[in-house]
Amino acid sequence: MAAEQELTPTSYIGHHLTFFEQPVGQGSFWTLNLDSLVTAVVLGVLGIGLLWWVVRGATSGVPNKRQAFVELACEFVDEQAKGIFQGDRRFIAPAALTVFVWVLLMNAMDFLPVDVTAWFYEHVLHLEHWRQVPTADVNTTFALSLSVWLLMIWFSIAVKGFGGWVHELFCSPFGANPLLWPANFAFNLVEYISKPLSHSLRLFGNMYAGEIIFLLLWMMAGAGIAGTIFAVPLGLAWAIFHILIVVLQAYIFMMLTIVYIAMAHESH
Amino acid sequence: MEKIQFIALVQAYTGVGIGLMVGLGALGACVGVGVMCSRFLEGAARQPEMIPALQAKVFLLLGLIDASFIIGLGIGMFFAFANPLLGALR
Repeated sequence: MAAEQELTPTSYIGHHLTFFEQPVGQGSFWTLNLDSLVTAVVLGVLGIGLLWWVVRGATSGVPNKRQAFVELACEFVDEQAKGIFQGDRRFIAPAALTVFVWVLLMNAMDFLPVDVTAWFYEHVLHLEHWRQVPTADVNTTFALSLSVWLLMIWFSIAVKGFGGWVHELFCSPFGANPLLWPANFAFNLVEYISKPLSHSLRLFGNMYAGEIIFLLLWMMAGAGIAGTIFAVPLGLAWAIFHILIVVLQAYIFMMLTIVYIAMAHESH
Repeated sequence: MEKIQFIALVQAYTGVGIGLMVGLGALGACVGVGVMCSRFLEGAARQPEMIPALQAKVFLLLGLIDASFIIGLGIGMFFAFANPLLGALR
């Protein structure tokens, strides 16, 4: 933290919630959160690259521990996909595995204590601000969920044809009578808008709120002896609970990806 | 002096709003999770062999039921630390 700025609770939290931004145009829409982008890309390359590297050296004989671990993960995701979607799983299951591994790694960045890594970012990398949890950035979670949304629409059109998809937009769930077309369209519009919104904001809310609660707890720990005595067990309890939340939210994101893409294959 | 009074007014109402958001959201989430878990326990007692299958679904539903509450919590935290309503005062 900068030495010339007086350390107040608001400034501590504000500092840890400021993005490392890179404008590429006018206005806040064209400002990239470079910290989220770089961390997300690095974690994606590491995670998926690890999977690829293990699969490259895979044998059909007795597997070593790395291969067994990757096989465990693949089977787990395939079981979930098989339970939800009874069609050709050759796209859905790998997509779900990618989403699961990537979101899990991005969420796991929340385990690193922010004060220690802030020292690293400031003195080793000379960066004033750096948010290390990409999924605590609403841009990242929206990017993921909008990609799933586009996949949903793509599969709807691929399975039912463009005409079939438009017919379904205007004629389900109430009926094909032209008087019902506005009602059907409104229903479907709400469904199509609420799915990516809830998909992304659930993940974002969990990670963002988790980070803020961590910051508040550490601030309490810095407020004298009584603060430290209370903050340590609370912080421990919250950290343990957050381990569950990190894995659970990645699992939920993956399951909803499978469910949305599977629902796109259905026709009414 | 006037400006400080306006700022205090906005912050006070924002505080009440955050309390309502978090409190009511927690109420809904806890009641929902309680109902779901009671059904799970009922089902587990009737058919213990279904426990692994049901448990996976329980965790999934836990996350889905918590969703609106956590979104409300996120919005509440956003208002607590970067209150956009104060921007109109500047």
